[in-house]
Amino acid sequence: MSTTAAAVSADATPRRGAFSLLKATGPVGIGAAVVIALATLVAIFGPLLAPYDPTLSDLSLSWVAPTGGHLLGFDGQGRDLLSRLLVGARTSILGPLAVVILCMLAGTVLAVTAAWRRGAVDAAISSGLDIMFAFPGILLAVLAASVFGAGLLAAAVALAIAYTPYVARVLRGAALKERSQQYVAALEVQGVSARAICMQHLVPNMLPLIVAQSTILFGYAMVDLAAISFLGLGVQPPNPDWGVMISENQAGIVQGYPLSALLPGLCIVLVVVAFNVLGERLFEQAQKARQ
Amino acid sequence: MSASRPVAGAATTAGHRPNAALLQVERLTVRLPVEGAQREVLRDVSFDIRGGEALGLVGESGSGKSMTARAIDRLLPAGAEVDGSIRFDGGEVGSLTGGDLRRYRGLVAMIFQDPRAHVNPVRRIGDFMTEALRTNLDVPRSTAERRAVHMLAQVGIEDGERRLRQYPHELSGGLLQRVMIAAALLTEPRLLLADEPTTALDVTTQAEVMAILHDLRREFDLAMLFITHDLELAAAVCDRTVVMYAGQIVEMRSAARLHDDPLHPYTAALAAARPDIGQSARRLRAIPGRPLSAFEAPQGECAFAPRCPHAVDECRTGVPELVDLDGGRSRCVRAGELRGRLGVAAGD
Amino acid sequence: MLAVAGLRKEFGELVAVDDVSFALPEAGSLAIVGESGSGKTTVAKMIVGLERPTKGTIVACGNDRSKPARSASDRRRRGREVQIVFQDPYTSLDPRQTVEATLDEILRLHHGWPKERRRERVRELTDLVGLDARQSRALPRGLSGGQRQRVAIARALAAEPRILILDESVAALDVSIQAQVLNLLADIRDETSVSFVLISHDLAVVRQLAEETIVMWRGRVVERGATGRVLDDPQDDYTKQLRASVPRPGWKPQRRSVVATEEA
Repeated sequence: MSTTAAAVSADATPRRGAFSLLKATGPVGIGAAVVIALATLVAIFGPLLAPYDPTLSDLSLSWVAPTGGHLLGFDGQGRDLLSRLLVGARTSILGPLAVVILCMLAGTVLAVTAAWRRGAVDAAISSGLDIMFAFPGILLAVLAASVFGAGLLAAAVALAIAYTPYVARVLRGAALKERSQQYVAALEVQGVSARAICMQHLVPNMLPLIVAQSTILFGYAMVDLAAISFLGLGVQPPNPDWGVMISENQAGIVQGYPLSALLPGLCIVLVVVAFNVLGERLFEQAQKARQ
Repeated sequence: MSASRPVAGAATTAGHRPNAALLQVERLTVRLPVEGAQREVLRDVSFDIRGGEALGLVGESGSGKSMTARAIDRLLPAGAEVDGSIRFDGGEVGSLTGGDLRRYRGLVAMIFQDPRAHVNPVRRIGDFMTEALRTNLDVPRSTAERRAVHMLAQVGIEDGERRLRQYPHELSGGLLQRVMIAAALLTEPRLLLADEPTTALDVTTQAEVMAILHDLRREFDLAMLFITHDLELAAAVCDRTVVMYAGQIVEMRSAARLHDDPLHPYTAALAAARPDIGQSARRLRAIPGRPLSAFEAPQGECAFAPRCPHAVDECRTGVPELVDLDGGRSRCVRAGELRGRLGVAAGD
Repeated sequence: MLAVAGLRKEFGELVAVDDVSFALPEAGSLAIVGESGSGKTTVAKMIVGLERPTKGTIVACGNDRSKPARSASDRRRRGREVQIVFQDPYTSLDPRQTVEATLDEILRLHHGWPKERRRERVRELTDLVGLDARQSRALPRGLSGGQRQRVAIARALAAEPRILILDESVAALDVSIQAQVLNLLADIRDETSVSFVLISHDLAVVRQLAEETIVMWRGRVVERGATGRVLDDPQDDYTKQLRASVPRPGWKPQRRSVVATEEA
């Protein structure tokens, strides 16, 4: 209780805009945000930006280095690398996006329900989550592939299920803490419905944590999906996808043509790091803003 | 335990001189980093505490009372800048380091408002109580534990052996606070800094704890700096009382006279703002505005002037000095003039 | 206005409230005095529906509320009968809502008024509790403890309750701010004739605000009566001890001859 050291901020204006929050993350945070923005643009407009058809293959041109109009050269099957990267961004980024949206939704619902109802409901949900923890993502994806056949959708859903207990566990703690605040009791006494309290008060106050979790999970999902595609269980060739591209072109590394395998890997790393960094910093700033 | 017992490992003192100032705080000014800039939280604070004396430090939020105690115990937050001097038994406290600092902390013990925030929840009471004795004074564990049990009995906890094995969460607030007092006294300190030790306790438990402190102080000839927001409590249990506002001392007075014959308008206003347990008033005499920190208060004038019912133009021309008056001191330019007219009984 | 009879609350083996009964007349003020473990806060929670009584009845404004509300409209109706202001100013407001938004939400909940009418009422409420325009637009982190409590009071009043429960509502405030808020509460009583139930451990505050007092100890009512009589001429031993523990000039704290048994 040091009211001396915490001066009352005379102009605590509401709705500290997204932009000012971003600015506060510093040059590193802004850099990460730029990378993510670029990646998103490419994910959306990739096919329009690609100079050549990513599936057009000319085996006589395989592993050819950057030349003429082909800025990054060709991959092992004689396809333009740059075009494949640009178009591959779509599945590489939208896939994890779907995973994150699914597991955050499921996790939030479970966490808030458990925290609000407490008692037996909380115990049941927590036990259920504990069971779900036992299944690693890739394993579930392999299972899904064997049942539904290989493909991005099955892999994404499997990952979402695997990630849900992590999300729910973390969010449950925050939800419990929020629920024990006196303003929640005050709203209950007013007669506000449980749903309204949860959706309009509990969840918004958990937003910094939700956003941070989402960005971190995006990174994990991206790597896991790329791995699944690399294993042949996700996106199927000849569709361009960064994970698939690594798998297809790994032979080129030992043959002295590393570009076609390393570049997609580099793209993955860049995007994942950007998400992690931004997520961490946003979370920090949001915590500070709440003080 | 007599007054002039030798204390193992203590900073050397040339015998115990009764009535010599044990603690001398002179022109203490503290600045803390607040929202990026260094701001003053304590301004020009000076007072003495004699051996065995209980000095009360009374104030509201922002008054700087807690900061003063932390400065004395060298517990200021990182980035704090300190001007002025704090001398304990003649030696400058600010320059102590390492072993000297640990020994100093054995002589000047501190207890806090919320004992749970200051104790490690995963360690047993016994470990926590005997730690200072074992590590700083090299007392063997069995001896330390025996002393701990004895001290627990002194604070009214009879089954000390069992309590030593317990964890903090097993004890109620009042019980834990008594354990903290016992722990603080194990190193045989000469000065006890008590920062709102009873604020979080029930009033009956508070009475018990105050009685314990009173007895122990007499037995160990212990001086005490008692920090509280409760003017009546300070007036009842302390010898002298200091009232702080906005990081400055505004009044020093013997406790007995503070309530009936205050020397500063803030003290009078504080006493008048309290509801009376003996009767209900139509409306309380509230002080307009709110208590300020040193850096929020207007500079270059009396910090209390904006809220003071007796303020005149002269009050805004400069920061008033502390003037001696009738055995006390007051930081009010109109102190002499308002004498006798500020008391609670004396109306407006 | 409010009648509580034979109220009992058990938490497993622990009996927190045991056979508590009292009545609050219209425009009256009742204090429930006690220390920690007395059960006074549990009684308050049962009255507002945050806890369910194990036994006993609670009737407010003629409606029984001993069992949980059945429907959403029932809950809202109860909200218009009894409201509460809690102790801690720092967690009693949603940190993401401005004062105006907080009050507006309550007005939308209870009344079907158009936007203009609501805005006007928000202004009336903030005026009533002494908040200026800047403070009304601020987030809780831009307000001091005393200001936040004013917001909590305004929020409770937005529902236009007949009964207002103040659960140690001034305990966490500085003395000078406490006086302001106590005056405010007295003014509100004069202007709106709402009835008060004051939960407090501070006997001076009780004397200032409450006409009737009941003293609770370990879940039971040990004494009741007009506040003046209870404080000036206590009959029960615990009340006497409580009264004697209040610091005042000349007070010499005594160690209790029997140390009250504390847990473990």
